[in-house]
Amino acid sequence: MTMIFGIPLQAFLGQLLIGLINGSFYALLSLGLAVIFGLLRVINFAHGAQYMLGAFVAMLMLQYLGINYWFALVLAPLVVGLFGAIIERTMLSRLYDLDPLYGLLFTFGLALTIEGTFRYFYGSSGQPYNVPAALAGGTNLGFMFLPIYRGWVVVISLIACIGTWLLIEKTKLGAYLRAATENPTLVQAFGVNVPLLLTLTYGLGAALAAFAGVLAAPVYQVSPLMGSNIIIVVFAVVVVGGMGSIMGAILTGYMLGIAEGLTKVFYPEASNIVIFVIMAIVLLIRPAGLFGRDA
Amino acid sequence: MRKTVLASLALLLASSTAFAQSASGAATDGKVKIGILNDQSGVYADFGGKSSVEAAKMAVEDFGGKVLGVPVEIVDADHQNKADIASNIARQWYDTQQVDAIMELTTSSVALAVQAVAKEKKKIDIVTGAATTDLTGKACSPYGFHWAYDTHALAVGTGGALVKQGGDSWFFLTADYAFGYSLEQQTGDYVKSSGGKILGSVRHPLSTSDFSSFLLQAQSSGAKVIGLANAGLDTANAIKQASEFGITQGGQHLAALLFTLAEVHGLGLEAAQGLTLTEGYYWNLDDKSREFAKKFFARTKKMPNMIHSGTYSAVLQYLKAVQKAGTDETEAVAKALHEMPVDDVFGRGGSVGANGRMIHDMYLLQVKKPAESKEPWDYFNVLATIPGKEAYIDPAKSGCDLVK
Repeated sequence: MTMIFGIPLQAFLGQLLIGLINGSFYALLSLGLAVIFGLLRVINFAHGAQYMLGAFVAMLMLQYLGINYWFALVLAPLVVGLFGAIIERTMLSRLYDLDPLYGLLFTFGLALTIEGTFRYFYGSSGQPYNVPAALAGGTNLGFMFLPIYRGWVVVISLIACIGTWLLIEKTKLGAYLRAATENPTLVQAFGVNVPLLLTLTYGLGAALAAFAGVLAAPVYQVSPLMGSNIIIVVFAVVVVGGMGSIMGAILTGYMLGIAEGLTKVFYPEASNIVIFVIMAIVLLIRPAGLFGRDA
Repeated sequence: MRKTVLASLALLLASSTAFAQSASGAATDGKVKIGILNDQSGVYADFGGKSSVEAAKMAVEDFGGKVLGVPVEIVDADHQNKADIASNIARQWYDTQQVDAIMELTTSSVALAVQAVAKEKKKIDIVTGAATTDLTGKACSPYGFHWAYDTHALAVGTGGALVKQGGDSWFFLTADYAFGYSLEQQTGDYVKSSGGKILGSVRHPLSTSDFSSFLLQAQSSGAKVIGLANAGLDTANAIKQASEFGITQGGQHLAALLFTLAEVHGLGLEAAQGLTLTEGYYWNLDDKSREFAKKFFARTKKMPNMIHSGTYSAVLQYLKAVQKAGTDETEAVAKALHEMPVDDVFGRGGSVGANGRMIHDMYLLQVKKPAESKEPWDYFNVLATIPGKEAYIDPAKSGCDLVK
């Protein structure tokens, strides 16, 4: 049997693929964070909670309204996005003129409140959410058994990432957004409603987190803790990728997912710290992050 | 800006410590005070959590609310599965808040730390939530008791049942801390002594959400049984993802070594059906257990598992011991606890060994198919009763230096 670094080629390929799948979640989540940070300069600590909300909204929609996975994939991000927009408009927008630390503390408090509320009602073991029938089962790739649902996650999150990148970098709306970040006063003078743009951006970021949450619901237990388990890793992804760099966040998400997957083969005990080790090294060598421009 | 982000990352990492709940309740003499210390917000919050506190309060009420003419008070705190936080709270409780006994103590690393504090301060601790046999082995204390279950009982129960069914080759997915090692080692020893073999194991960090890498390794090992030497949300996620990767369909059997009613409820019967597990209590066993369960349900909206009913039993027995000793002084109460038989809804015909182990019968259970379940929370078929003497290590062979 062919061996790579002392492990069989088949296992190696399997782990690469698993890394890619987990990387999809990291990419999607760090993308939302990077959008919010890049355009609003807000460090959104509520991102994990919004991801968890996405999964819960999907689960509750199924339980109480009979809305299936496919509709939830669209509706849950809309609901959470709207919730995000309301939060931004009524509370977060008051903090823009203050030190960024205030926005951070606010979103952190918000995250604790949301998680605490859900834990009170649903406990920590979480609730089940089944894989939709059309994506159940799996195929044998020869080197591993790939659940169809996981393949779907890779494809759909790649589409969502590229779509968001195009929206911000290549469309007129995206150009307004970027301009509003550079110089809000001037853009406002041209008749563009800047506060509305910022509200939309925050809503978009929250919706992306919720979208990842719905995708995650059939894979992980829908649990109030699911957000806080993943959010620290996602922050590290954003730092490694370069703060505010959208493409950086996407690529780094996939890269770190793969790095983590491979660590789970060579030295599983280190799998939850490998990302932070990489973060420390990157910061030492390239303080602006892999894809960041020096401020 | 980036500095702020990094600083905030550090803040987030450190925050869990900063948010440590402090113990509540006024300190007065002339009171018997019991502290329930467990995970109320993390992966094991359903396993024991706030419901254990309710169970303790039920025991106090059933006892009459008073012992030796003084009121009994329950205080509680969240240790967040961190041994340092737990030790601090334990010291504070014993030293400044007149807490007479600390109980529950989910998570083995935490229970070991708190038992060491209790031993040093000559105070009672009764562990119901943690599993490691070290608590009544090399780390035993003359004032420490282990009540609900332990890794040996789980190994004999679940491990033994699967080996008998032909599961003679095992691969372990093990939580990377004291409890996981202890469970893996004891189950492994049991499998080997029954003629089976261990093909390998992999250790994962506590609170892992994605098990697919580990599951692939287990799958490619070709072992007949994949032993999950972990607990709580970790086990639930591993089981859910194992069915996604076609592991059970491929003929490999999953052994959830520590899995209780609370986690089965979270996972749902669809994903959990057919699992074999071991508990020291099942609410739907008979009228006596149902009666307790209904009262518990009315307060918590869930049915009790062995941690909840075990905590009830521990508090009740402690109060009986205080009454028998006629004092809440540690030596006298510990002596009474060692001597008195245990007979309540949880520990039927139980007795306490010289090492502090409460020896009682365990139940081998199998999760029902969704169609077999007649009412909410009707989850298990009872496959066998494992006599206490088989389930638990003989105190003389436990390695505890208190046993001569």
